[in-house]
Amino acid sequence: MNTEGDLLHTVTADDIPESRKLTGRAMVWVTASFFLGLVSIQFAHESGWTEAGFENWRPVLLAYLLWATALCAAQVIVNGEKGKRTLFVLPAALFVISLVVFPLLFALYISFTDWNLASLDGAQPNGWDNMRQMWRDAFYWNALKNMAYYVAAVSVEYVIAFGLALLLNAQIRARKFFRVVFLLPLMLSPVAVSWMVGKSMLEVRFGPVSRLVREMGFEPSFFGTPEMARFMIMAMDAWTFIPFMMIMLLAGLQALPREVIEASKVDGASGWQSFKEVIFPLMLPVSVTAIVIRIIFKLKLADIIINVTSGGPGGATDSVTSFIFREYRDRSNVGYGTLLAMVYLVLIIIFITALLKLVSRWMERPA
Amino acid sequence: MNAIFKDDAAGRKVQVKWWSSRVAIYGALILWALICLFPIYWTLTTSFKLAPDVMRGNMIPFVDYTPKWKGWESLGLSPRLIGEVSTVREEFLKRFWNSAVVAISASTLAVMLGSLAAYGLSRFNYRFGFMRNSDISFFFLSQMILPPVVLALPFLVLYKSLDLLDSRIGLILLYTLMVLPIVIWIMRDQFQGIPVELEEAALVDGLGIWGAFLQIVLPIALPGMVAAFILSLVLCWNEYFFAALLTSTDAKTLPVMVASQTGSQGINWWSMAALSSAAILPLVIVAIFLEKYIIKGMAAGAVK
Repeated sequence: MNTEGDLLHTVTADDIPESRKLTGRAMVWVTASFFLGLVSIQFAHESGWTEAGFENWRPVLLAYLLWATALCAAQVIVNGEKGKRTLFVLPAALFVISLVVFPLLFALYISFTDWNLASLDGAQPNGWDNMRQMWRDAFYWNALKNMAYYVAAVSVEYVIAFGLALLLNAQIRARKFFRVVFLLPLMLSPVAVSWMVGKSMLEVRFGPVSRLVREMGFEPSFFGTPEMARFMIMAMDAWTFIPFMMIMLLAGLQALPREVIEASKVDGASGWQSFKEVIFPLMLPVSVTAIVIRIIFKLKLADIIINVTSGGPGGATDSVTSFIFREYRDRSNVGYGTLLAMVYLVLIIIFITALLKLVSRWMERPA
Repeated sequence: MNAIFKDDAAGRKVQVKWWSSRVAIYGALILWALICLFPIYWTLTTSFKLAPDVMRGNMIPFVDYTPKWKGWESLGLSPRLIGEVSTVREEFLKRFWNSAVVAISASTLAVMLGSLAAYGLSRFNYRFGFMRNSDISFFFLSQMILPPVVLALPFLVLYKSLDLLDSRIGLILLYTLMVLPIVIWIMRDQFQGIPVELEEAALVDGLGIWGAFLQIVLPIALPGMVAAFILSLVLCWNEYFFAALLTSTDAKTLPVMVASQTGSQGINWWSMAALSSAAILPLVIVAIFLEKYIIKGMAAGAVK
């Protein structure tokens, strides 16, 4: 993409009268001070300094919305044509900033408090206590270690997804039928999957998979040992998300230049050789995108774990998200749980940044 | 080609090789199709089973066992009960309606906000403070790595003070936030594929930039928007984590209902199967009829 100058040039004579500019600015400032005024009234009310105030903070939210609308409108009123351009991005930007940045700052504050929803005192700052508690919390480190296993499982998913994409790209009949069928698992909610597969098909007495295993002469136990339980969670998650990678890889395969592959055939390359020397290198960028996005989704893995094993046996299947979920749900340990989440966020950011750096350096290197 | 050397040794070798590769390809395809379909088949058939059928491991309806409506009766959705008043059915329909309203509104909002932002970013140069276009794009897309668990608690407290806890509006806002980066990612790709000359022609003919966007660009980008919408719909319909933390009675969605049933001791297989089937059926239907759009949406970012 070009970065110099607009792609779409617009030339307009914008001579906006001073009075109009003034109106626009006034709108923003009036609504902003109205919003801040409500905030201070409500804050004073909550702290018990004044009687006047509202039942909850919702009027403040409405005032904020009013200010946001005024800000958007003022763009056009003050800046004219340039403001109309800003108006494309501004609503989304305001939406994300108000729903991410403020809550994140708030989370940063509560992560350094001893807040427990069960206690009546509310939040009390407790310095680095949560951090020290985290350092000693074997279960949290265990959950982080499990995340490493889960992320490593992406490589197996990638191989299967690539194989399926190659199959769908081959000359086959009923391609549309197979594509729809292969896509179906992605449509299912993880919660339904955890019942359909985790609790019913893998049920030890009556589940069809247990029957199959028993027929083969083994005693079924899917969530008994830590390794087995972790493997089953990985398998269920893979089952739902392999279609996702498969479709991205299939799109990549279909966009490959046909001439190159034909040329390799003319030169006498066998199927395996043309895959290894031509198709795979050409597919590298798509593969990297698919894998990175899959890893990002994988780092949020929780639903299946919460519903099938609740982290058991002995925390062997816990992901960070499911662990913190139980910290909230069962112990109402809000302050500590939030600190764990913030630490996880920092770790994720470091990990993804390093991954992207590594990938871009590796892609630039001539193969 | 086969007709030329059919009978000699070399020709037969080629034929054997061709047939064996066919068998391998179709074998693998059918195997994976079975893996994909069996859990769905199992759930659908189990919803028509009775306890003895489950225990005996009967698989095929009408051959192994006679289908019964017992599972669906526990949702109040069988032919016998459909005319009567049923509290379980009302409960189920309420959850279903919540899921539908939340998923559709959040997807619509996300597609609206996301398309505007993506169009702006693909056509104009912005400078907000130190942030240039690429920084703004990165800011939007980087929201994708934000794990839900980080936002869960601040939102719990925030919604409590805003009286939005256990309300559909609260969920809609969060879900919009969750799918917005994906929508922007897909739509940016769509708009970059549309030649700028089209809008230039529209500007020459006297439309403003918003007029050109609404009248010229949007109709062309509509398939991409549908793709983004459906992908968001899938993600929102299936979302469990936020719904489990932020809703309790009024705004509870379908996944939360399914999950709360699994937790109880002594699962009623047939009723759980019926509930799961009802929860997955809408999206299975969407997948069958709108598969083209889903694939288009997911392929958008992959190929540059």
